[in-house]
Amino acid sequence: MIRKKLSAFSLLAVSVLILSGCSSSGDTSGVEIEVPDIPMHESMGDFEGEINIVNWAGFVDPKWTDKFEADTGCMVKSRTAGTSDEMVTLMRTGQYDIVSASGDAALRLIVGGDVQPLNVDLIPNFGDEIAPGMRNNIYDTVNGKPYGVPIGRGANLLQYNDDVTKGAPTSWDVVWETNSPYKGKITAYDAPIYIADAAVYLMYHKPELGITNPYALDQTQLDAAIALLKQQNTIVGEYWSDAVAQITSFVGGNTVVGTSWEILRKFAGKPNIKTTLPKEGSTGWYDSWLVSSKTKNVNCAYAWMDYTSTASVNGAIAMNFGMAPANIAFCSSSAEAQAHCDEFAAEDEEFFKQVWPWTTPIETCVDGRKDVKCTSFQEWTNAWATIKG
Amino acid sequence: MSTNTTKGGTKPISAYLYKHARVRLIGLIGLPMFWIVGVYIFSLFLLLITAFWFVDPFTSKVIVGFTLENFISIFTVPAYISTSIRTLLIALAVTGVSVIFAVPLGIYMAKIARPWVRNALAVAITLPLWAGYLVKIIAMRLVFTEQGFFNWALAPLGISGPTFSIPIVILTLTYLWFPYMALPVFTAIRQIPPNLFDASSDMGAKGFTTIYRIVLPLIVPAIIAGSVFTFSLSLGDYLVAKFTGGSTQMIGSIIASNINLNPPVAAAFSMVPIAFVVIYLMVARRTGSLERM
Repeated sequence: MIRKKLSAFSLLAVSVLILSGCSSSGDTSGVEIEVPDIPMHESMGDFEGEINIVNWAGFVDPKWTDKFEADTGCMVKSRTAGTSDEMVTLMRTGQYDIVSASGDAALRLIVGGDVQPLNVDLIPNFGDEIAPGMRNNIYDTVNGKPYGVPIGRGANLLQYNDDVTKGAPTSWDVVWETNSPYKGKITAYDAPIYIADAAVYLMYHKPELGITNPYALDQTQLDAAIALLKQQNTIVGEYWSDAVAQITSFVGGNTVVGTSWEILRKFAGKPNIKTTLPKEGSTGWYDSWLVSSKTKNVNCAYAWMDYTSTASVNGAIAMNFGMAPANIAFCSSSAEAQAHCDEFAAEDEEFFKQVWPWTTPIETCVDGRKDVKCTSFQEWTNAWATIKG
Repeated sequence: MSTNTTKGGTKPISAYLYKHARVRLIGLIGLPMFWIVGVYIFSLFLLLITAFWFVDPFTSKVIVGFTLENFISIFTVPAYISTSIRTLLIALAVTGVSVIFAVPLGIYMAKIARPWVRNALAVAITLPLWAGYLVKIIAMRLVFTEQGFFNWALAPLGISGPTFSIPIVILTLTYLWFPYMALPVFTAIRQIPPNLFDASSDMGAKGFTTIYRIVLPLIVPAIIAGSVFTFSLSLGDYLVAKFTGGSTQMIGSIIASNINLNPPVAAAFSMVPIAFVVIYLMVARRTGSLERM
């Protein structure tokens, strides 16, 4: 344990030295995170004959697994998870080879040593066709090492009932401020990671707090976010974690404004239910394949990641789930694909620049600050429990 | 079978068990004891142990160790205290509403209604038990949505119903658990001899006096029996609060949201309803009604 700490210190010292020397592209270079040393897969071997996947609903479907099974002989066994937290719990059982983790689960798995770094040379389809905004992000690329292969992404948008609001709200203030005209008809996402949405709002409206990344909150900043969430609790109508409940709530008129996903708006299927990205920006979920550090089917896992990164398969997953595909070469493959990409802003990096990808908050400040300790996901979890009272 | 017809060898198992009393006993209670101790008590014990463990702040993995932090948090975090109290009050309210509905209904069914009406009502009470639990909750959600049945039906009168909140939670829980109260109460009232009603009336008691002085004391054990169900089932529920409670949080909600995020806190919190139920049963025992059940 002590040795681990010492090495962490020296790592930190080295990284500071490196940092002062150069600052390369992307957000990730600024942060060194202590992660267990897990070897990566060196070269492809024989396929093991099976692969056990933890995935979001709609990510694994016979429409594309049949061909994969025929090509590789790796039989696909899928376990659908409902939340990021469930995914983390499942992956820690060691019974699964690969997971389609969102960023809020990914970094937790990486620092916990539950997933292994990837040898991208063995994944030829993980290349230039991947949307630039989905590469080298802190949630799946740590200390310069890639741990995840991007699948797709989506933003947490402000959904509103146009019949009531008469036009798109330009600010998230309608869900946060007590003078909101939609008091009692507001829905909020029911998970600790939603604290980041409060932080995004504070970044814009309370610059004096000095928040530069909604996932790197020191204690003062977290307290401010929690205070905002407690204020929201007094005007919120419902918290949602179940997509169907959220849709019926909007369609049934109980909710007028609140956090949503583009796909949920589509499922609501009402012309008056619309989404918008307010001026403050927002958070979003970026999903990637992560391979378990305890996998016995590593070759099948690599083959799966490569297969699902092809434009056609990645696009099929994205269309099936309702998100922006990671492989944007898919967009130009057909008129239908282009329409899907346009609807979900797949190629619109300007749009996604306003979106903060879900990232597990950890003690190391992911915004690069070294002089303070940031609050970890555990602290977010504990704080979250106090909001609903 | 027919080959073995010699004397004394017809029923070797019975003969063996007749001679060995201990084996007989094990054979009788072995399976239920395995169920109670091996499955039920053991899993509860595992749960209790987990409550003393903690979660690594860095990786949020569960670490085996010993801490009282999880139990302390139940009594120190204001949100946890208010949630526990709220849940307790909701469970008591559900029980109270169930009693208020069940007693008049039971008297009517047992003493007034014609046989076919009684049978029809008995079916009507038990019918909801046949539908799926989640289906019933979603049905209540749909009834009470803003543009749902309730508001639609009352719109001509200019009345609009409550939005998802604690009253709807109490109503939905009552809907779910009412049969468990109604049936024992009905059975108990049915067993009251008719001549007690005659005697009461002969001595000049009016209807309400008879109910208060004769019926209620005699059906208290049945009410206690029913309330054990309505109370403890309401205490542990979280899906009702999730789907019909709006932002209402119950003990079950805290357990459900922590089961993946912080299993030790979830385990510690699962002790709260158990404590409530134990206290409730002890109070019920004090009244002596458990013996008469």
